[in-house]
Amino acid sequence: MVELTLPKNSKISGGKTWNEPEGKGDWREFRVYRWSPDDDENPRVDTYHLNLDECGPMVLDALIKIKNELDSTLTFRRSCREGICGSCAMNIDGTNTLACTRGMSEIKGTVKIYPLPHQPVVKDLVPDLTNFYAQHRSIEPWLQTETTPPPKEWRQSREDREKLDGLYECILCACCSTSCPSYWWNSDRYLGPAALLQAYRWVIDSRDEETGKRLDFLEDPFRLYRCHTILNCAKACPKGLNPAKAIAELKKKTVERRF
Amino acid sequence: MASANPAGKRPLSPHLQIYRPMLTMLMSILHRATGAALYFGTLLVAWWLFAAAAGPEYYDFASGFANSFIGRLILFGYTWSLIHHMLGGLRHFIWDTGRGFDLPTVELLARATIIGSLTLTVLIWVIAYAVRGAF
Repeated sequence: MVELTLPKNSKISGGKTWNEPEGKGDWREFRVYRWSPDDDENPRVDTYHLNLDECGPMVLDALIKIKNELDSTLTFRRSCREGICGSCAMNIDGTNTLACTRGMSEIKGTVKIYPLPHQPVVKDLVPDLTNFYAQHRSIEPWLQTETTPPPKEWRQSREDREKLDGLYECILCACCSTSCPSYWWNSDRYLGPAALLQAYRWVIDSRDEETGKRLDFLEDPFRLYRCHTILNCAKACPKGLNPAKAIAELKKKTVERRF
Repeated sequence: MASANPAGKRPLSPHLQIYRPMLTMLMSILHRATGAALYFGTLLVAWWLFAAAAGPEYYDFASGFANSFIGRLILFGYTWSLIHHMLGGLRHFIWDTGRGFDLPTVELLARATIIGSLTLTVLIWVIAYAVRGAF
């Protein structure tokens, strides 16, 4: 359901300023969302200052520097630092992206960092993505066939393989789904852009033989049709993919198969 | 795993409050809002038809209201809602064919819809006033 305001326990109260700029340098202010499960406090936004002359270029570099030098309690996920694992997905400067591929030079002024929107918070910048992963599982993201398997691999023409470009690159970072207002209001029933992009990836795979079953599952007022082409997903995707287009193609498929 | 704070007590991360407003998102909201406004506008049309059927006296009252400043303001808003929702519908129709999803086109379509709806609305009212000899 549409709920424009945050629940009582989620409202953000005043935060703490950890340090002030000192000496010369390219000082930037960082405002970071904080919440700890270990006390009964509401979330807050803390302020840190960093000298960018002594910091790597990416937002993730800044977060690591804060954790190493200013506040070791700051919690966030990160792993590959090169945009392929999807761990450091968060809301930076108002849009969802990966902290490791977002350069600080791309952001004007204060760098505001929040966890991925409208998710339960485990701690600080770490959201609970259980529902997101369950939705991915629900579209059965694996090859399904009925014919006898060939002696070697399932073959595919170059043209059919090319149809998977722009789909297989998804790293399941959840930037798109958690950018989508429709997903915010209906994530219990709407699958969201990431799961739907993956659903389409299997629907158009020339080797998959369960296209009908897959479309039957998707053809539902909520699972697929809560997409209202708001396009926050395509704008947020750090891999430059276009879930909105994949969803439109799925909608086309559900209609075309009637003729 | 034992936790001092079970999952149910977890706060919800902020969403609308912190997401950067974008033209495309605004256009989606406006499409919804104008669609809702059209329900109200259609009721007004029904009321006007009812007034026409009810006799000259009541019709004079209804058209008097429509001609008042407030009445014209409402009608202007109704015209814009109609045109904006129609252009928005055409935009969605293009998307329904699977076209126009690359980001520059998306931006272009959003701008075209808002500029187009405002221009057409003003044009319609200029023509309406001209036809009634107001100039």
